[in-house]
Amino acid sequence: MPINHEEFRPTIVAFCCNWCSYAGADLAGSSRLAYPADVKIIRVPCSCRVNPMFILRAFEKGADGVILCGCHPGDCHYSTGNYYARRRMTLLFSMLDYLGVENGRTRVEWVSAAEGVKFSETMNSFVEKVRSLGPNVRLGDLRCKN
Amino acid sequence: MLKIKKCDLAALFARISENNDLYLPVKTAGKTNFAAWDETADVDLDTLKTVKSPKDAFFPQSENLYTCNKQDGKTSITPEKLREEPFVLFGIRACDVRAIDVLDRVFLSDPVDSYYAARREHGIIVSYACHAPETSCFCKVFGIDAAAPEGDVVTWMVNGELYWDAKTEKGALLTAQIRDLLTDGDAAVVETEQAAIRAIVEKLPNSSLSLDGWGAEAAKTRFDSPVWEQLYKPCLACGTCTFVCPTCQCYDIKDYNTGSGVQRYRCWDSCMYSDFTMMAHGNNRTSQMQRFRQRFLHKLAYYPANNDGMFSCVGCGRCVDKCPSHLNIVKVIKAFEKEGV
Amino acid sequence: MQELINRAKSLLESGEVSRVLGWRKGETDWDVEPAFFNSAEELSEFIYNGFCGANLSKYMIEASKLEGKTLVFLKPCDTYSFNQLCKEHRVDREKAYIIGVGCKGKLKIENIDAAGILEVRGAGYPDASEILTVKTLYGDREVSYKSAMLERCHVCKGKEHMVYDERMGESADTSDADRFAEVAKIEAMSPEEKFAFFQSELSKCIRCNACRNVCPACSCRKCVFDSTKFDSAQKANTTSFEEKMFHIIRAFHVAGRCTDCGECSRVCPQGIPLHLFNRKFIKDINALYGDYQAGADTDSKGPLTDFRLDDCEPSIVTKRG
Repeated sequence: MPINHEEFRPTIVAFCCNWCSYAGADLAGSSRLAYPADVKIIRVPCSCRVNPMFILRAFEKGADGVILCGCHPGDCHYSTGNYYARRRMTLLFSMLDYLGVENGRTRVEWVSAAEGVKFSETMNSFVEKVRSLGPNVRLGDLRCKN
Repeated sequence: MLKIKKCDLAALFARISENNDLYLPVKTAGKTNFAAWDETADVDLDTLKTVKSPKDAFFPQSENLYTCNKQDGKTSITPEKLREEPFVLFGIRACDVRAIDVLDRVFLSDPVDSYYAARREHGIIVSYACHAPETSCFCKVFGIDAAAPEGDVVTWMVNGELYWDAKTEKGALLTAQIRDLLTDGDAAVVETEQAAIRAIVEKLPNSSLSLDGWGAEAAKTRFDSPVWEQLYKPCLACGTCTFVCPTCQCYDIKDYNTGSGVQRYRCWDSCMYSDFTMMAHGNNRTSQMQRFRQRFLHKLAYYPANNDGMFSCVGCGRCVDKCPSHLNIVKVIKAFEKEGV
Repeated sequence: MQELINRAKSLLESGEVSRVLGWRKGETDWDVEPAFFNSAEELSEFIYNGFCGANLSKYMIEASKLEGKTLVFLKPCDTYSFNQLCKEHRVDREKAYIIGVGCKGKLKIENIDAAGILEVRGAGYPDASEILTVKTLYGDREVSYKSAMLERCHVCKGKEHMVYDERMGESADTSDADRFAEVAKIEAMSPEEKFAFFQSELSKCIRCNACRNVCPACSCRKCVFDSTKFDSAQKANTTSFEEKMFHIIRAFHVAGRCTDCGECSRVCPQGIPLHLFNRKFIKDINALYGDYQAGADTDSKGPLTDFRLDDCEPSIVTKRG
């Protein structure tokens, strides 16, 4: 059955740092800025809290795209957490690409607490990107797809 | 005795698969394992030992048992369907056929394992003689004849022709499905080949391994032996030996959360693993020495104690080939022989 | 080999070391096993030959907890792993007396079998450039030494020991291939081809955990995959996602710490080229954060426990295509 991309609504998991992007999401909401309801936000204490297993588990349990949002480099609440996260995610995304997983399914974006507009724009563009890629079939557990 | 030319095997496989699922040794990414046949499969009958044994066909590495779903406040439980269609397992070696006997005594004795029993009922075993047994083989020690395997149908490859001999009712039914592809063969040709195979087996270094001192009694006499402490040291605690073994039958039952329900599945377990037989109070084997000892005493003492002295090793030699540290059951048997305990 | 045994005996007798960690003879030349020897008598079973590929440094974790020093024989590439374990405080340098033993490339019995040579009993041990004479049940056979070598020896890190107390025997650099050639080949594939390649390799995985358990960098006391509270626990699950998850996480957890010793690929019963995962990370680390060889020293910061303010963004993965 051909996939109808018009109808497909991707499930997106967004890991958001408590100190910036999560507040950014709040600001987007209170500013009445729209972004798709398919984005499920998981609040983490720092972008550095996200280990590669989190990303893979999100895909396993049915996510079509996973995005990590943290403080801008230099603004980490814990000084340097996002620098470590940046290296880790770079390597992980490169590995997923190497395994043949479409590289548009993962993204890292730095969003501050003041950037409600950026948060909404980021989510809109990411959802659009994942929608264009279609459902995630290469990195999920079949048992979770029923 | 019937026969078919080696070059016609593809037609034979195609015919068999018309009415049965067909599993046979297939080479994938450089390694040969039992897999489902299709026109594109790279069938490999030359490799003596598949990496994994064919026990998967009856006792898969992991299989779903049932699924629970919750919808609108109601919970439904759907058991996994039992095997109902016939399937053919082609090209099993003598040791692996005997291994199925070992598994039968576990899964078909009361309480009968219905998943296993259904597969056994619908599975037809076409065995294949070993024309070039290797150093690591020691099936003779367990009274297995590499030249005359058991099975529903027994086959031999001699001079580019596959000789086919149905032994059971199931085997006769399968033969009837493909009878027009086969021609009459000379049993004497097979007998000559059998003599040649037996002569090679005689020469194999481990064919004369002594099992003295093993059996039910060993559970008492060898349990506290200091030899175990010496032997286990290089063990990495990986599960290679247990997962390539045709007779290892321990499994674990686990639940998987699918998000909308639970799937209960079972999967092979390994006595080499730290959570093997873990219970509420913890684990009853706390050191790798104990886990290591468990594996060999299970094969050579506990199983025989419960099964009229039958060992649960068939001498396939997979552990001899595959252990990353080159530990194996042969070394264990020889170490005890040397110590004389 | 006799020199090694003699030296080990004298160190045992003088009380300098309490035990010896080396390799023990098997039934044939190729089924040697790592072993501890506690007395001069036991050393009669010591062997060092072309099949002693096993990296002994991980056994030093346990040996570091024992009373007294352990004499350990390390090949040049093994010393990288030892250093890395020192850096992570998993082994105690003071508990080890290291004899850097010579290595001219180690052999893989499967490669000899693949050349159609069966019933192998033993083999000569010439320089890697030469022909290997294999003793079999059916008489002597010949095969080129290079074709019988372990994969890792084709990308040999060199003949220098990174750490030792004394050195014995000669070593040779056996490298004759580009370490990252295979990785680059896969990188050049289309996503579909990449996926198909890894799918066919990983579908062979039997979750025996040999790759993890043999790895000197995998030294966690409790592995996340051994947790009973976790969906993706150590045993095979019923879908193929499991294997991918396991192998990505296994390689990621040793990224920046993996010395590329090649033990994972050596032990895989299904012949999965596991080094392709580790080397992908090493290649990326070298390209993005500067050349780094884990285990070359004991004090540098690992690439994943370090950062620069101007590191590239993860979007580089998409941009470089």
